[in-house]
Amino acid sequence: MIEIIIGKYNYWIYITLMMIGFYAMIAKGNLIKKIIGMNIFQTAVILFYISTGKVWGGTAPILWDKAVIYDNPIPHVLMLTAIVVSVGTTAVAIAIVIRIYKEYGTMEEDAILEIERKQAEELRKGNTGQREI
Amino acid sequence: MNIAEHFPALVIVIPLLFALITWLAGLINRAFCWVIALTITFLCFLMSFSILNTVMHTGRISYHMGAWEPPWGIEYAIDYLNGFVLVVVSFIAFIVTLYSRKSVGLEIDEEKSPAFYSLYMLLFTGLMGMTITGDIFNLYVFIEITSLSGYALIAIGRRRNSLMASFNYLILGTIAATFILIGIGYLYMVTGSLNMADLREKLPPLYHSRVVLTAFGFFTVGLSLKLALFPLHIWLPNAYTYAPSVVSAIMAATSTKVGAYAMLRILFTVFKVEFDLNVVPVTKILLVLSCIAIIAGSILAISQTNIKRMLAYSSVGQIGYIVLGTTMANQTAMTGSIIHILNHALMKGTLFLVAGCVVYKTGIEDISGLKGMGQKMPFSMAAFTVGALSMVGVPLTVGFISKWYLATGALKAGMWFILPIILISSLLSAIYFWRIIEGIYFAPAVSSQHSEVSTYRSLDHHNPHPVSRSRDDAPPGMLIPTLILAGLCIFFGIAAYIPVSVAEKAANMLLGGT
Repeated sequence: MIEIIIGKYNYWIYITLMMIGFYAMIAKGNLIKKIIGMNIFQTAVILFYISTGKVWGGTAPILWDKAVIYDNPIPHVLMLTAIVVSVGTTAVAIAIVIRIYKEYGTMEEDAILEIERKQAEELRKGNTGQREI
Repeated sequence: MNIAEHFPALVIVIPLLFALITWLAGLINRAFCWVIALTITFLCFLMSFSILNTVMHTGRISYHMGAWEPPWGIEYAIDYLNGFVLVVVSFIAFIVTLYSRKSVGLEIDEEKSPAFYSLYMLLFTGLMGMTITGDIFNLYVFIEITSLSGYALIAIGRRRNSLMASFNYLILGTIAATFILIGIGYLYMVTGSLNMADLREKLPPLYHSRVVLTAFGFFTVGLSLKLALFPLHIWLPNAYTYAPSVVSAIMAATSTKVGAYAMLRILFTVFKVEFDLNVVPVTKILLVLSCIAIIAGSILAISQTNIKRMLAYSSVGQIGYIVLGTTMANQTAMTGSIIHILNHALMKGTLFLVAGCVVYKTGIEDISGLKGMGQKMPFSMAAFTVGALSMVGVPLTVGFISKWYLATGALKAGMWFILPIILISSLLSAIYFWRIIEGIYFAPAVSSQHSEVSTYRSLDHHNPHPVSRSRDDAPPGMLIPTLILAGLCIFFGIAAYIPVSVAEKAANMLLGGT
């Protein structure tokens, strides 16, 4: 039991971080906090990939006459792509939040939904009003 | 050097390159953007068609990116299934581009139109890439390209509601893509391979390993979110309702279909049929979910008042059909499922394009506003009627073909309870489409500026008077693509053997035959 916890601590860290991020994405009402949660979530997966690439006693995967065992470089390379994706997602998300803030004047999800609900109600009233005429 | 050998790479590289060039050309003259997008999508359609043709004659094509041998390098593998999906995606993209010029001019700010076409090309690249790739990590990258351009396209319109819709889609889409990434990581951990064909060979001894089972779980949930299978569909209605019409059309017609294709790939190429049937009861879970999706989608669609939202909910139901066919794991139902990818793209494409025409002409999005439209926009409404009949599944339309194959497949699998579900859902869709069609043709117009007599006269072609003020259909640039799609709904409903011959081979291949 102890071995599972101590011996694979990197995976425990990954799972904990992932759950923190996941929780923030779902439960937080503030849009920026959601984005922060999304970043933690994605970073956790990056950490997971990196730790799968590590070989005990391995060196950096370079041509070097003293090196016998290499770390697996592929997960690192894959994660370069994932980092780019993560940056791209964050940029798009922040751009959308900036526009949301300009349109609604708030970044709280509840407040935005409230504004949208009122707007829909007014629209419905407007429509029925026209029909009566 | 034969250029045709490199079509699998070109079909991705050209739109990717031109996504940038489109934007740069837009700096010089905004009119260039549409021309470039139209040319590129048409070129890609021709290339996809040529690829499918080669596949039909010589079998699976394996293209090695940069001449690196698989499983080390990235392989683009095209067989019957994705050759078919490539043609569908590129054709719909071409038709929607043809349609987009006027609609984009109306619904998107002028200075944003180069950015729109640039993103549109990126979305197209992503969809084609998801379809063509034989490398599972490459699949993830293309999923993200599709999603990121999709989020931006949804939010590009003028309506502020689209922003929250786009943000919610972004959060859920990122969860889905990251889940897929975790699944890929788990498979890579135990096999050391990222190539789909290679994984298929290496995975069977590990089928009962917990890592593989977890990976499979992540894949299923992630892809279900992407293709909006019922309980995970919540991002879809708002996104389709508030996005600009062109974006709704292209996304409804292709992006969920490509998601469904990716799910087929994971379920039946990376994992084998035996795994889906015996190791994990995934087909049973998906069967139940898709049945619920079919019924719930139709019921939710009935209660909507906005046309686009109604079509979005009906999409949820139709995605249920695609998944339903895959879960029965027999050739007939699988054929129905694959052919429904084409058929649903055609009918939903038609319906969303008509919705766009109506918005362009009148700004109306409410179903009650469609009353009397049969006289005002006869051609658009005829296309709508064809699409609606197709959705209901009337014979001689494409909807009937898919339902026929699904129902026959269900009987072959001995799952008789699926028949009433298909029947009930067809009746429900008849209800919500009849409600509209009745309004279109049999109700007087809401804003009745014309007397009943003049409305009737406009129907009369021998009327010596100019064809009444009330007729005012969408411009030809929008009408022709809509009518082409509507025409194909009927054409492939009659000449069904053309797509079916491809779909049958694809189904056979997925289920382990040759």
